[in-house]
Amino acid sequence: MTRVTIDGNEAAVSAAYRLNDVCCIYPITPSSPMAELADEWSSKGRPNVWGGVPTVVEMQSEGGAAGALHGSLQGGSLTTTFTASQGLLLMIPNMYKIAGELTPAVFHVAARSLAAQGLSIFGDHSDVMAVRQTGFAMLCSASVQEAHDLAVVAQAASLATRLPFVHFFDGFRTSHELNGCELLSDDELRSLVSYDLVQAHRARALSPERPVVRGTAQNPDVYFQARETVNPFYASVPAAVQTAMSALASLTGREYSLMSYHGHPQAERVIVIMGSGAETAAATAGYLAGRGQRVGVVQVRLFRPFPAAALLDALPATATRIAVLDRTKEPGSLGEPLFLDVLAALAEACSPSSSPGPGRRMPLVTGGRYGLSSKEFTPGMVAGIFDELSRPAPRPRFTIGITDDVSGSSLPYDDSLDIEDPATTRAVFFGLGSDGTVSANKNSIKILGDAGQHAQGYFVYDSKKSGSETVSHLRFGPRPVSAPYLIRRAGFVGVHHARLIGRGEVLDRAAPGAVVLLNTPVPPSAVWESLPEVARSQILARKLTLYAIDANAVARSAGLGGRVNTVLQTCFFAISGVLPADEAIPAIKAAIAKSYGKRGPEVVARNNAAVDAAVAGLHRVEVPGAEVPAGYAGVEGAAALSLAQAAIPADAPEFVRTVTAAMLAGRGDDLPVSALPADGTYPSGTSRYEKRNISDLVAVWDPDLCIQCGNCSFVCPHSVIRSTFYPSDLLADAPDGFQSAPLDSRGLPDRDFTLQVYAEDCTGCGLCVEACPVPVRGVAPETAPGAGTTPHKAINLGTYDRGQVRRNVAFFETLPLADRSRVDFGTVRGAQFLQPLFEFSGACAGCGETPYLRLLSQLFGDRLMVANATGCSSIYGGNLPTTPWTTNRDGRGPAWSNSLFEDNAEFGLGFRLAADQQLALARTRLGELRDEVGTDLVDEILSASQRRESEYAAQRWRVTRLTERLAELDAENPGAPSVRDLLSVADHLVRRSVWIVGGDGWAYDIGAGGLDHVLASGRDVNVLVLDTEVYSNTGGQASKATPLGAVAKFAAAGKRVPKKDLALQAIAYGSVYVARVAMGADPQQTLRALREAEAYDGPSLVIAYSHCIAHGIEKDGQLLRNGMDQQYRAVASGYWPLIRYDPVTRAFLLDSPRPRLPLSAYTGQELRFRILARTDPGVAAQLAERAEEEIRQRWTTYEEMAARGPERFPAADGSA
Amino acid sequence: MDLSTRYLGLTLRNPLVASAGPVTSTADGVRKLADAGVGAVVLPSLFEEQLNHQATRDSYLASAGTESFGEALSYLPGAEFDPWPHQYLHLIEQATAAAGAGVPVIASLNGVSPGGWTDYATAMQEAGAAAIELNIYYLPGDPLIPARDAERRYTEILISVKAAVRIPVAVKIGPYFSSPGEMATLLDRAGADGLVLFNRFLQTDINPETFTVSRGFRLSSPGESSLPRAWISLLHGKVDCSLAATTGVERAADVAAYLLAGADVVMTTSALLRHGPAYAADLLDGLAGWMHRKGFTSVTELRGLLSAEAGLAVPGRTGYLSAIEQATHAFGSAQLSS
Repeated sequence: MTRVTIDGNEAAVSAAYRLNDVCCIYPITPSSPMAELADEWSSKGRPNVWGGVPTVVEMQSEGGAAGALHGSLQGGSLTTTFTASQGLLLMIPNMYKIAGELTPAVFHVAARSLAAQGLSIFGDHSDVMAVRQTGFAMLCSASVQEAHDLAVVAQAASLATRLPFVHFFDGFRTSHELNGCELLSDDELRSLVSYDLVQAHRARALSPERPVVRGTAQNPDVYFQARETVNPFYASVPAAVQTAMSALASLTGREYSLMSYHGHPQAERVIVIMGSGAETAAATAGYLAGRGQRVGVVQVRLFRPFPAAALLDALPATATRIAVLDRTKEPGSLGEPLFLDVLAALAEACSPSSSPGPGRRMPLVTGGRYGLSSKEFTPGMVAGIFDELSRPAPRPRFTIGITDDVSGSSLPYDDSLDIEDPATTRAVFFGLGSDGTVSANKNSIKILGDAGQHAQGYFVYDSKKSGSETVSHLRFGPRPVSAPYLIRRAGFVGVHHARLIGRGEVLDRAAPGAVVLLNTPVPPSAVWESLPEVARSQILARKLTLYAIDANAVARSAGLGGRVNTVLQTCFFAISGVLPADEAIPAIKAAIAKSYGKRGPEVVARNNAAVDAAVAGLHRVEVPGAEVPAGYAGVEGAAALSLAQAAIPADAPEFVRTVTAAMLAGRGDDLPVSALPADGTYPSGTSRYEKRNISDLVAVWDPDLCIQCGNCSFVCPHSVIRSTFYPSDLLADAPDGFQSAPLDSRGLPDRDFTLQVYAEDCTGCGLCVEACPVPVRGVAPETAPGAGTTPHKAINLGTYDRGQVRRNVAFFETLPLADRSRVDFGTVRGAQFLQPLFEFSGACAGCGETPYLRLLSQLFGDRLMVANATGCSSIYGGNLPTTPWTTNRDGRGPAWSNSLFEDNAEFGLGFRLAADQQLALARTRLGELRDEVGTDLVDEILSASQRRESEYAAQRWRVTRLTERLAELDAENPGAPSVRDLLSVADHLVRRSVWIVGGDGWAYDIGAGGLDHVLASGRDVNVLVLDTEVYSNTGGQASKATPLGAVAKFAAAGKRVPKKDLALQAIAYGSVYVARVAMGADPQQTLRALREAEAYDGPSLVIAYSHCIAHGIEKDGQLLRNGMDQQYRAVASGYWPLIRYDPVTRAFLLDSPRPRLPLSAYTGQELRFRILARTDPGVAAQLAERAEEEIRQRWTTYEEMAARGPERFPAADGSA
Repeated sequence: MDLSTRYLGLTLRNPLVASAGPVTSTADGVRKLADAGVGAVVLPSLFEEQLNHQATRDSYLASAGTESFGEALSYLPGAEFDPWPHQYLHLIEQATAAAGAGVPVIASLNGVSPGGWTDYATAMQEAGAAAIELNIYYLPGDPLIPARDAERRYTEILISVKAAVRIPVAVKIGPYFSSPGEMATLLDRAGADGLVLFNRFLQTDINPETFTVSRGFRLSSPGESSLPRAWISLLHGKVDCSLAATTGVERAADVAAYLLAGADVVMTTSALLRHGPAYAADLLDGLAGWMHRKGFTSVTELRGLLSAEAGLAVPGRTGYLSAIEQATHAFGSAQLSS
């Protein structure tokens, strides 16, 4: 046995990998790390306990993984998979088969919410509860150690009983919690999992040597009886699981049972619960029992088959009131599943007819929901439930942890109850995603774990990918830490970025007398003065001790750039005293050697230098006086201040000012049920209210140099660069400092041009600077003449003044927008004047996807419907609190929705079907009402061409007239069915633009079947594939779009198969408009392709090269800054040929010139290609050669196609 | 016709060596060179500094975006970014196989740290390199570094590498020493198996229009060969180690001239880049043809034949004055006539 500090995912997969022969995998949060580790271990040849190296195969979906797993099991291999949420649901059809055929296997599930009114990646039991009827046994772990141990128990019991198991634990709370874990050795695993049973499994495999038929079709005569054959197998499960648990206990001393009881031996009030919440409940019950309360907790581990006898054994006979807690919601049911099972078990046991007899009186049983989507579940809530059970008439159904002011289900509770061991050190750290805070804390936990302390770490991440904030919760102590909830009162609070201390909830986490460490560039003497009022009040009121350091300066001088992790970690050890200094510093350095050793001696040396410099740079801040400032309103006041700081403008919609503002201020947990939409519908365009100011350096315009080409705004991923032109006299009202230049366009005299940067929303990615075609000039800095020159273009990165920017933006928004009918849509220069209706998303700085979406919204936004596959674009496109799809000044804009990952093409087709249907209805009714409405208007509407922007404007005008006329008719003759009918669908008379948007994971893999079908449908839908060549959102797993030779997760040894040519597949239909584009290589071609796709009256497919953080590119130390240059290289090397296929003319156009760069000029810039050359240069060279050959062959094919006459392409209508 | 020669204690089939350059950077290139008949190849230099730089950059890229977003705590599978030159070692193995038995593959090393020099040299030996060329590219940027200290660096590196490996070690140096001859002698005494004359330092260009500084590399031309040839002439017979000439080899005549000056081998990259790897065969044919015309039957007969006279031209005041007179005659009259 080895003691390690790992998370629940690693704990589970450590056992699962070593006990299985085959892993069939597919990425889904929060289970992906299990699959990633399995793939990585397999690629390094790590063996399992049976002497082989497990085969790890990524499938196209969870459905595919389940299918492959089923087959592999039938082939006699021990096979496993890892999944969560809707992924598990995709496995259901196979789960019935696997269970029905009595096939031993274990699915390891990091249990997660299901997408209902909204998607959530966080933890609860909604997914596993949806498979409780499949026939799988279900075993639930509550902690990191259990996730390891019960993974083994599940495997042993599965082989013993021949029944498949779902082994699950709470997503994020357990899967991502770091804690101590005793890992079982290979020998121990072998002693716990019988090899004879493995042999027996193999012996049952399908084999032509002993052929059988399995999977017959059965008729009414036998199906029923055959279904009942399995009962004895289910009956054997509880005993088999307990046997495996007992074997584990005798080996390790760790005792488990199917149902464990904790608390007062004669408890009257008992909670029944499973998962990590059981730990909190058990600890609280223990605490309360120690204070004389007769309370207890039954922790459920085996949920299916439900072990009623074990429940009755565990439950004290004294229990008269029981609350059963479910971490799921089953709308419309009598109660949630665990509640119903417990109720049934008790009712049966207490029924007079029960044998061996009703020794028991039926207790009162209530059912409650808690913790959905990782909602906190705390000791205070547990105590609140026990209190409720003491009431004369406890609520039969309840919720805990929220305020339900709609149905009144929620129980009150006092959240200040603190039951934690005083010997445990609690520390909370607030950092930015980019500063390394979380990795430093993970390191600290390992250091303390190695030093013999018990340690726990849990990390809360942001909903945004750029400028994200992280909160780390760390506990250390002499005894095991079992507290699966966030720290409320910390003895140490690290504030790793100065601006964060202004958020009220940061110092809210500080216990009285706590130590605070602030990273600030302000010199020691000025730190106190620099603090915001809320922070000063909190420091004084709670008598906090404040330390400060300029960690960025220390890190920079050590050559670590913006990574302040090592510096702040050292400060933490220096101040907190969790380890003596002479022990801590060597331990930090040893940890640095361990974590950075594989990155080279230089990286290690720099970090060591940072450790040495950190302590010297640390100083204690004198807190003047001890008087709490007058007017300090305590914690609640701090909360109010936080809300005020969300700084939502007064003219924002009420929903934004109340609900959105609360979420922005970190107070979303306080929102009552009534505040939230019941159907998951939220207002558009809320990202504009969240001024994040995440970058100190932003795009800055130089009007004198600018040639007004529009390239900068064309590439801007966050739509922060806007252009307009306007009569020059409007400038009379402009605020001082508002920038403008005479419009550089013929035929429009006396007009000025302004390029306005929305600096508060800029991420400072620098794509615009790279795109600016104005030659670099050396400009002497104004402040220090003669101090040398800095390179300068028409757009540059520079600092900004918030007040000035706000004034400028406010004035800019009063300026007229360009008339869409007069804008040249066909040029980049013209397109810059189209208002983006996709803005300020939370995508990564420099994102390669969002410029395409912004362009889509500019071109077609006011009649656009977007079906968005799950993935990056659904997250930055639809993750609360604020979302980027917005409206124009008329209130029109893209209507956006996300269905699932796998079904997006079909979902979008549905948009089209409905639009077509309602258009047909509108046209019919319009014809019927021709005379009443007016023949001219009706004829014009019905015959209007709708392809050009001026035609859309004219049609929209006509439809407005129509609705006015219909309103009159309705008033004249109220309730006329055809008038009402037409009114309800008249909007469809303006042609809708349906776009189906998603990434390569969707288009090439999980959604490929649906996409293929939709492309074959002939319907007028447009598909935009944002091809990053990996599953970007889940962290860079390989898809079928991943290129040959690239390293990705699930292709850790390099992708061995070339990328699928999706374009050629679609062209083969003959009826599909197809384009492959890369904005950075040819923006004009991108523009043309999107417009042609939209104009084509049939299915269109546009595949867009999207550079991504997972490619590993940077320029001058700035991530993704060279993204557009990489697009150029991809095209110039022939890797990404630009093409268009027009099914009307049946012409295949090769838009990019012959390859003029070697492939290595493209691949050499990207870490994903370089990795393999480091780890396996032989294979890397071989794959690079094959990739070159592949490109040559494809180019030849394309050239041949470009030379073909139309007769050699299939006709759209199927004719020759 | 016996073209064979000895270099670094190795027997080569002829004195033409493909020096470090793009052609020798792939196994395919090495194969083509061997097919064209070269006597040996020198692989491009492994630059330790560059490895360190790449490792640091890649390590930064690998941690980019990590631990920021709950669904993607990292973006690439765990990979190692230590500056260990797997690719280079792989190239040695591949190039050795591609070159075949009769064509030694010489690895070239440009280290920065003491550990780097010896560790990488050892690894090169293990990977099958026939010899190592130390490309000591050291420009003391600090104007106050004493000349002796700078020179000592060369010998110290050589001694430590020699102590670490069994295979022969050559040192490639530049001409910018106060006394290049003494430097060569010091290296010879310190155990160098060969000297390669001379390194061509990369130099920067300033573009006054764009205010940019570029670090370019120009192919050498025959006009640049006089300096190394003069020093080879001078050192021939005065040092025990082999002498390799490099720079300015375009035609067979240039090869012959270097051999006459006393070179054991003659290296070229520029000519092979300009004309392709197969051009090595033309050079060798040209050399053999010249030897035939001049009545030589082996390279040994002609090596250093003119070293005494050619060598005198360098330090001798007489030769210098005579050269000035010739130049005045040639260019002065040209100026008058224009």
